[in-house]
Amino acid sequence: MLPLGLMLLLLPAAAADLPGTGSPPLRGPGLGFSPPVPASPSAPPLLLPQPGAEYGAPGVALARSAAEEPTGTGEEEDPGEHDHHHGGGYRVVQWEWSYVQTPYIIAIWLLVASVAKICKCVSVCVFVSQHLKFTLSAIKGDSWCLFPPLLLFSGLNKIASFKTGNFLLLLCCPVSSYFSRAPADEHVQAEMLDFLLFGALISAVDPVAVLAVFEEVHVNETLFIIVFGESLVNDAVTVVLYKVYISFVEVGAENVQTADYFKGVASFLIVSIGGTMVGLIFAVILGFITRFTKKVRIIEPLLVFLMVYLAYLTAELFSLSAILSMTFCGIGANKYVEANISQKSRTTVKYTMKTLASIAETIIFIFLGISAVDKSKWAWDTGLVSCTLVFIFIFRAVGVVGQTWVLNRFRLVPLEKIDQVVMSYGGLRGAVAFALVVLLDGEQVKAKDYFVATTIVVVFFTVMFQGLTIKPLVKWLKVPRATNRKPTINEEIHERAFDHILTAVEDIAGLQGYHHWRDKWEQFDKNYLSKLLLRKSVYRKSELWEAYQKINIRDAISVIDQGGNVLTSARLSLPSMASRASFPEVTNVTNYLRENGSGVCLDLQVIDNIPGAKVEEDMETHHVLAGNLYKPRRRYQSHYSRHFMPLGEQERQDREVFQRNMRSRMETFKSTRYKRHKKERSLKKRRGSDVKEDGSDKPRRNVSWQDKDPVVVPVETEDKAEHSDPEKDEDVGITFIARKAETPKQRPKSVPAALEGCQIPLLPPPPPAPPSPPPASSSPTSEDSHLPWKGSLGSPPPCVSLEATKIIPVDLQQAWNQSISSLESISSPPAPAEPVHPRVSALSRLGGPRPASYTPPGSAAGSTFSIGPQVSQGSFLFPDKKKEEEEEEEDPPGPLLPPPPPPSSAPSSGRRRTPCVYLRSLVTSPPPEPHSRGPTQL
Amino acid sequence: MGSSSSSRNKIPNAQELMDQTGFSSAHLLRLYDRFECLDRDNRGYLRQDTVDFSSFVRILAHFRPTDRNRNKEGTQQELPNSRTRKLKFAFQLYDLDRDGKISREELLQVLRAMLGLQVTEEQLQSIAERAIQEADLDKDDAISFDEFKKSLEKVDIDTKMSIGFLK
Repeated sequence: MLPLGLMLLLLPAAAADLPGTGSPPLRGPGLGFSPPVPASPSAPPLLLPQPGAEYGAPGVALARSAAEEPTGTGEEEDPGEHDHHHGGGYRVVQWEWSYVQTPYIIAIWLLVASVAKICKCVSVCVFVSQHLKFTLSAIKGDSWCLFPPLLLFSGLNKIASFKTGNFLLLLCCPVSSYFSRAPADEHVQAEMLDFLLFGALISAVDPVAVLAVFEEVHVNETLFIIVFGESLVNDAVTVVLYKVYISFVEVGAENVQTADYFKGVASFLIVSIGGTMVGLIFAVILGFITRFTKKVRIIEPLLVFLMVYLAYLTAELFSLSAILSMTFCGIGANKYVEANISQKSRTTVKYTMKTLASIAETIIFIFLGISAVDKSKWAWDTGLVSCTLVFIFIFRAVGVVGQTWVLNRFRLVPLEKIDQVVMSYGGLRGAVAFALVVLLDGEQVKAKDYFVATTIVVVFFTVMFQGLTIKPLVKWLKVPRATNRKPTINEEIHERAFDHILTAVEDIAGLQGYHHWRDKWEQFDKNYLSKLLLRKSVYRKSELWEAYQKINIRDAISVIDQGGNVLTSARLSLPSMASRASFPEVTNVTNYLRENGSGVCLDLQVIDNIPGAKVEEDMETHHVLAGNLYKPRRRYQSHYSRHFMPLGEQERQDREVFQRNMRSRMETFKSTRYKRHKKERSLKKRRGSDVKEDGSDKPRRNVSWQDKDPVVVPVETEDKAEHSDPEKDEDVGITFIARKAETPKQRPKSVPAALEGCQIPLLPPPPPAPPSPPPASSSPTSEDSHLPWKGSLGSPPPCVSLEATKIIPVDLQQAWNQSISSLESISSPPAPAEPVHPRVSALSRLGGPRPASYTPPGSAAGSTFSIGPQVSQGSFLFPDKKKEEEEEEEDPPGPLLPPPPPPSSAPSSGRRRTPCVYLRSLVTSPPPEPHSRGPTQL
Repeated sequence: MGSSSSSRNKIPNAQELMDQTGFSSAHLLRLYDRFECLDRDNRGYLRQDTVDFSSFVRILAHFRPTDRNRNKEGTQQELPNSRTRKLKFAFQLYDLDRDGKISREELLQVLRAMLGLQVTEEQLQSIAERAIQEADLDKDDAISFDEFKKSLEKVDIDTKMSIGFLK
């Protein structure tokens, strides 16, 4: 109904567009066309020859019934007005305009609109013909998508011979069933001609059924192509024979003249060749049009459907083999269209075709089922049914064996017995036979009901029984299966080389064989067709290169699927590797910078100290994202390695969500505090580094590393920690700095608030006024700014997981060591000159909180607010512990989260002031504040 | 093509050739016609006296389809149309300097000849690189015959490297 509505909507426009021709179609769908549903037996055979006079006439049904009137041998004289050559009882080519009128006009209109759209216009509409035969066409259209044309090219000769073979079969079958019938029963009123008709329609192997079954079975390509190709081309044979017979029946057996038989044969040739030609012509047109659709990708699928459909209609218009025309349109255009249209259009076409095909298939089988149940439609005759069943099987087998025998004389690789068995067993009858039998005219063919019953049984039997058993049979016979293996690049190259070699050898040997012609064709294709039908951009590409790219892409995908482990071994450089590779590079650069920098500005912070507005913006964005997004890596993992992922994944995600929630909740408490805190910290850092610079190089490195490391650690606690993990132990000092320096900013945002909660209370009083004023107000932020996301980029994706928690303790201990020493120095009356001081205190501040358990160094220092009370001192007894123990301590960070906030929030309020004020005094202009929410919550 | 009058007698050591190559006498006649046709000067050699008729036939014999039905294998072990021989032939076409290995350069040359101007040099390079990487099992940056054979293990050489000489 929907498509009908769409058509109706469309038609006024069509009528407006084509005032002359438009009016008939307007009436078409409403009156003339939709009522004669093909399935209804009353509908006259649509393929009937019709006098040319009716073309252009709107009243289709009327015209058709009129067409049936002129019977008898004298018919050829009767309709004198038509301009088409036809003679005898059967006309070779007819003009069937009224039959295809409506859809044709619509399709042409759509085509015009699409072409117009290439030059800008809009029209999208979908229509599905309400005609059974047209629905069938959708199924057939499906085939072109999956049909490798070259293979078909090679298989064509076999198919062709099969076609003729089938022709014989078509004759055998009915004859034998006729004779078998003769004794069996007398109430089936049928003559030889009727049985020929029936034989014609029943012996055609159905492409749809074959496609469905053989796709499932995965037989090897040769077999598939032979069987499927045969069934495709069968259409020409079947339909033509059907037409021939039906016109004979119509004329009456006694009136058929000898000439008519020859005309029948001639029409067979014309119908099949003509259909093919029409298809190829449309293929060229289709290829040519799609060449220009670069700007309007959206109409590409429409164009494809449209042109194939038009090919169908046009063939039908000239009463040529429509299915052949469609098939060849698809096959012919395949290469060019596929190259021209976009990937999305390709997918669309493919899936739409599949969908339409399955819809159509379902509809046909519904019809089948309905008419099987509807007793008024058929009449049972056991003899006929059983004989037909037996004979179609026998003759199929005989035909196959006979033809393969002939064929094998010419084939390079002969078809073996097993193939023959599968071929004969795979002769499934399906929708075509059913559609044709239903379209029989009950008036003309008296035994129609019997035929219908037999057809239904045959279809059911072949599809249900043979279709279901063919798979076990194929397995049992050990038919070589199709391999899903994709060719490697070597195979691609060498096979191409073989082709060239063979062509050359054929040339040398003076043979004009398959390769010779194929080469000729390829040359022609390259020199003319491709130039005409392919886009320039596409035309330049070589197939081998495309194959290469495809293989690469496939590799990349499989690598990702396997979690990237293959990478190192395969020496592949993939985009995904970039992150991993970039890390060492970064460090190298930093090293380099540090090594080469002057004594004054050796420190990274200073080097990186030129913030652009853009950088800051980026940074801000980054922080917002980092704070608010779940870690994407996690999603990748779950996404790509779905199949490889152990159970833990779900939990991890849950945990992440949980942590995020906690964090955000805490952040609402803490944000202001921590902001200030951060400023202060950065200040200190700066000072520290400055101070350091006076000292020798060596210590500076260490110090700066220590200084920043703690900062980093909290940031990374959840996700990125892993990469820092291995490096921790060996003192990679410098390299590490580079990374660490990047992160401090990120940390405040993304760090679990819990940590901050702890930190703040712990804060030691800002060190006595630092000697040097901060070099630039923005330096701390900027220093952070460039790096954080880079840093995160650098972290390899797989690090995310459980190990992350391990790290904290590691960092902790580093920090711990630092802080201990620093605290000692602090507690003893501070020597202001001592450079370590400020930094260390910062360290302690940062590092301290992480283990809630550890006794805050601040308390030891005395000046800091002590978080001590609620912290158990026991858990972190051995700060010097090395890794082994750290692993045991994985847990602390998690549990930590909830407890800290309450204590920290209240007591810290008093303290908070100091650093802030202090900071402000130090910093002339407040550092750019990346955190939008900071100030408001103060 | 060629005159049908040429008889088997004209062909030097015809029987031996038939045994070695598996060609039938009809094939041989046909090929001899062709050979005469190619040999314009009637010197009995092609290409500066390097190819005489028997080597001509022997080379072409590589491309004879393997007969599955007639089991001739019992009589002769290595007909030139065996899988290995076919592969060897193809391999020799790649192996321009005859050192038993397809080097990157050789592969590139073949690729260049095959693909012509359709592909840029870098694309050729990467294809060759990839092909060598894929086939090169012993990491010597070249494809030996064994590796070549291995990389084509799954290809139906019998079909791909055969020509339907008319029977």
